[in-house]
Amino acid sequence: MYALCIASALLALVPLLLIFYHTISLGAGALNVDFFTKLPKPVGEPGGGLGNAIVGTLILVGLGSLLGLPVGIFAGIYLSEFGKNKFGMTVRFMTDVLNGVPSIVTGVVAYTIVVLPAKHFSAYAGGVALGILMIPIITRTTEEMLKTVPNSYREAALALGIPQWKTTLRIIFPAALGGIVTGIMLAVARAAGETAPLLFTALNNRFWHTTLDQPIASLTVFIYNYGVSPFEDWIAQAWAGALVLILLILILSIAVRVATRQRF
Amino acid sequence: MEDIVEKMDIEKKSSFAIPASPAALSMKDHTTKINAEGINAYFGKVHALKNISFTIPENTVVAIIGPSGCGKSTFLRSINRMHELVPDSRITGRLTLDGEDIYGMDAVVVRKRIGMVFQKPNPFPTMSIFDNVAAGLRMNGVRDRKKITEIVEKSLQHAALWNEVKDSLSKSGVSLSGGQQQRLCIARTLAVSPEVILMDEPASALDPISTAKIEELIYELKKEYTIAIVTHNMQQAARVSDFTAFFYMGELIEYDATKTIFTMPKKKQTEDYITGRFG
Repeated sequence: MYALCIASALLALVPLLLIFYHTISLGAGALNVDFFTKLPKPVGEPGGGLGNAIVGTLILVGLGSLLGLPVGIFAGIYLSEFGKNKFGMTVRFMTDVLNGVPSIVTGVVAYTIVVLPAKHFSAYAGGVALGILMIPIITRTTEEMLKTVPNSYREAALALGIPQWKTTLRIIFPAALGGIVTGIMLAVARAAGETAPLLFTALNNRFWHTTLDQPIASLTVFIYNYGVSPFEDWIAQAWAGALVLILLILILSIAVRVATRQRF
Repeated sequence: MEDIVEKMDIEKKSSFAIPASPAALSMKDHTTKINAEGINAYFGKVHALKNISFTIPENTVVAIIGPSGCGKSTFLRSINRMHELVPDSRITGRLTLDGEDIYGMDAVVVRKRIGMVFQKPNPFPTMSIFDNVAAGLRMNGVRDRKKITEIVEKSLQHAALWNEVKDSLSKSGVSLSGGQQQRLCIARTLAVSPEVILMDEPASALDPISTAKIEELIYELKKEYTIAIVTHNMQQAARVSDFTAFFYMGELIEYDATKTIFTMPKKKQTEDYITGRFG
């Protein structure tokens, strides 16, 4: 039994290690300063980089967070602190359904509500698609983490004559912050790694974007385009792009953790 | 905010009201602080309190005893409206604080005037010792740092914790021992200068030495505050309280001076309970 558990635990690590091994061995070679700063070169020209795609991914995830963080966090607070009724149960169920919706469908939805009325692809549309993806993850982890805070803290705060909303925001929320941040990072990582919803929304861009109202590059779409191309240097850059994406998420996770680390 | 500091200074003015011995007590010697008339409490279909009429006199300690599930905690929680946090709870009857209808006031105001200490020490886990005591002030809009520091120190002194923590105010509140945590919770309650303090088995999770400290503290605190304490421990009720109420099955069976309850109870149920024949 014990041996089986150990074996399974090790087996679960295998895909992660394979991913690290492959991205590093195939991608690290194409990494250089140009990769982070330069625009992609046309086929056949050596060099160039994915600077615009790296910035684009950060912007898209940022836009998605602008939508996903407040909606997700406040919806989670509602579900945990006030959601013990029919409406709360309905919202909880719908959130789970939304979480299960394939991301390409989310992309089509963003296409319909943002791209079609504006009549062009844009970074905003990509942000909306990613934001919709992030909402259910953040909502549910926020709810679950707030629920792990013992009721005795709520009672203690309310018994001091602290109003309900301050109790929630300044006592209960900080007590659950560590877990909520984990949920947010999961959502950010998921959004940063999405390709499908961006195909219909942010599209892609081989140049630096000038406004957020136009198509924007992203690492994932570049990885997809370059990865399926027949050109060796493009494929190497796709691997490098994947490596950068993994490192970006890793660095972001560590930075957010350090910044929100609790004093005690 | 001035009333907080004023409240802290009341000691000198009101000390004459403390009777020499609990034996000499009669409820008529005191102003009524809290008055309950025909309180009925329900949780869903459960009738938890049955027609309770009850008076808590000012600057005294009232102990509420009774077997588990007799409604004593429910009664305590109905005084500062904490029962409202339970979905499906309902209450009828009239409850007054200094003659003012408690159910007609804003619950937040009620809870500022009627503080509560819980069975399990529950300092806020993300806050330091200092911040725990300051929490009630800060979140009620007090910004003046000097005033906050002053009140925190006074409250910790009142709660007999100051000497133990004065050099480690920035440490986590949960780093203290159980008994210290409970005194921290009492200090936190005192900081918002309530008039009444409700204690729901405040020492039942503590060791005997910590319990003795809490009991001493209760004796000190009644000079300035009115205290109602729910306890399972009858010796404790006898030691700390001036009046004792015996609850059984949601009813108030007997309420009298503590000495009377423990030496010559009028009702047989009370006698059976305090002599340990049931409960």
